[in-house]
Amino acid sequence: MTTETMEAPAVAAPTATPPHPLREFWGYFSANHGAVAGLFVILFVVLLAIFADVVAPHSPYITDTTIALKPPFWQEGGSISYPLGTDPIGRDMLSRLIYGARLSLLIGIMVVTVSILVGTVLGLVAGYVRGVTEIAIMRVMDIILTLPSLLLAIVIVAILGPGLINSMTAVALVILPHYVRLARAAVITEVSKDYVMAARVSGAGPLRLMFKEVLPNCTAPLIVQASLGISTAILDAAALGFLGLGAQPPAPEWGTMLADAREFVLRAWWVVTFPGLAILITVLAFNLLGDGLRDALDPKLKRS
Amino acid sequence: MIRFILTRLSLLIPTFIGITLAAFFLIRLVPGDPIETMAGERGIDPARHEQLKKDFGLDRPLLVQYGIYIGRVLQGDLGKSVVTRESVLTEFQTLFPATVELGICAILFALILGIPAGILAAVRRNSIFDHGVMGLSLTGYSMPIFWWGLILILLFSVQLGLTPVSGRIDVLYYIEPVTGFLLIDSLFSDDEGAFLSALEHLILPTIVLGTVPLAVIARMTRSAMLEVLGEDYIRTAKAKGLSRFRIIALHALRNAMIPVVTVIGLQIGVLFTGAILTETIFSWPGIGKWLIEAIFRRDYPVLQGGILLVGAIVMSVNLIVDLTYGLINPRIRHTR
Repeated sequence: MTTETMEAPAVAAPTATPPHPLREFWGYFSANHGAVAGLFVILFVVLLAIFADVVAPHSPYITDTTIALKPPFWQEGGSISYPLGTDPIGRDMLSRLIYGARLSLLIGIMVVTVSILVGTVLGLVAGYVRGVTEIAIMRVMDIILTLPSLLLAIVIVAILGPGLINSMTAVALVILPHYVRLARAAVITEVSKDYVMAARVSGAGPLRLMFKEVLPNCTAPLIVQASLGISTAILDAAALGFLGLGAQPPAPEWGTMLADAREFVLRAWWVVTFPGLAILITVLAFNLLGDGLRDALDPKLKRS
Repeated sequence: MIRFILTRLSLLIPTFIGITLAAFFLIRLVPGDPIETMAGERGIDPARHEQLKKDFGLDRPLLVQYGIYIGRVLQGDLGKSVVTRESVLTEFQTLFPATVELGICAILFALILGIPAGILAAVRRNSIFDHGVMGLSLTGYSMPIFWWGLILILLFSVQLGLTPVSGRIDVLYYIEPVTGFLLIDSLFSDDEGAFLSALEHLILPTIVLGTVPLAVIARMTRSAMLEVLGEDYIRTAKAKGLSRFRIIALHALRNAMIPVVTVIGLQIGVLFTGAILTETIFSWPGIGKWLIEAIFRRDYPVLQGGILLVGAIVMSVNLIVDLTYGLINPRIRHTR
């Protein structure tokens, strides 16, 4: 239809030097406004989490029943020293939310780190060794994938007992299959390539082949999945907290805060609204980032 | 086709065995002795403890216990609830329709809104509508639905007083469960208000449970449509002078629906996860709430049976989706 393709030179003009990979990546990434917005939100939340001690106006734990259930400052009865109001036992909502960012980020990053480490090793082994080992690993992953994720997490927490660490373990196990599958699939494609053969011929052992040759070439999909995984981890951990199985009160975890606030839904809209909004914004930011990373890192989708 | 079905079925067997193992070991992995766990904080005297251990067969070797367990499961005996003394299977059967009713409504809600939104977004690519649909769909996908439910209650029940806060039907009505689906049962009852009441109670839970599937379906429909609209046969159809509506509704949609059907099938796990949260928020008397309560009551037989049944149901639905997919698309059927 258009003539643009006709005018394009048959052979691409050689450029002086190829752009630095990071610069090229940023070029693709920054074209996606949503992803950039997500990145900025995440940076903001990270800063809040790091400097919570400085930023938060009050302690997230100290209770004061004389100021219980104060509305946000713009409503009648609110005061500017408690900008987002106070919870049923008089703790400052804003401070709890800021400290909650620390917990949620910690949960997301820890869970995904553990899951990626274990998942990548299992996936590498499955894809490299094949045979019975592969079948065993992949069947177990199938079972984990068959059960609804939250149900499985709940069961694990039921075995280990409620709590922050146990709920993190549960979520890490639930999202594990994604990384195993991803790593295995990437390894299987990579292993048949010439550079692996070359390395093998020059005497590289299986461990070196797996971790030094194959793994670096499988990182792109893992990075994308990591970003998306953090959002799942935060969401699932918050859901466990909401069900009373995750972080236990008085920890200012956003899901746990919602669970405490449930019975006040009729009287105090702010104790219910803000923690959930914090979860939504953070999770959305990580999903936006993940989408942007996928578009920027996946060569198949790159439009040159 | 028969070969295809058989391969798929054979793949299920190890997974099912795995799930029975998971359910079986669940009760044995809990720290401490199952009897003590079941007895709870009240404690139990040693003689009775021994007796119960014998009754439950806990003094036999693990492998024998597992064999006995499998034998019972295959006969449909999933044990009794520690709390209600009711058979786990019976409890499941009475509560399951409530979850199914909610699940069907949620999926219908997601389909009715998601497919047209996805199609329109694809057809008007890069328009404001497209960006709006994609933005909303990512938001829906990121939604903590337990919070979403509370916010909807806050808006529609508390502020506007439009919808009830919890339950399946107003306490004024008693509907004899025939099918277990309250919408159907109340429609055929003599009470006219009952149907409306059941419907009212369904609205918010349906929206809450349907939000994530809606987001996924809208996104999936859009990308499948975009792919199909670039195909040669669409250009041919255009060249033949067919109307735009005909091209989209007949030629493109039919092919775009294949991946969407798969995604709908895969949503069942997501739906179940959602059902646990939705039922907790709205006190909906279904499987999700039942399982959560079982955890807090340390009702391990219920948990054990519940996992097994849910796992089996999810597996069966996935199998049906797989087979349908093979039926629609011969390319899948003939690979390997």
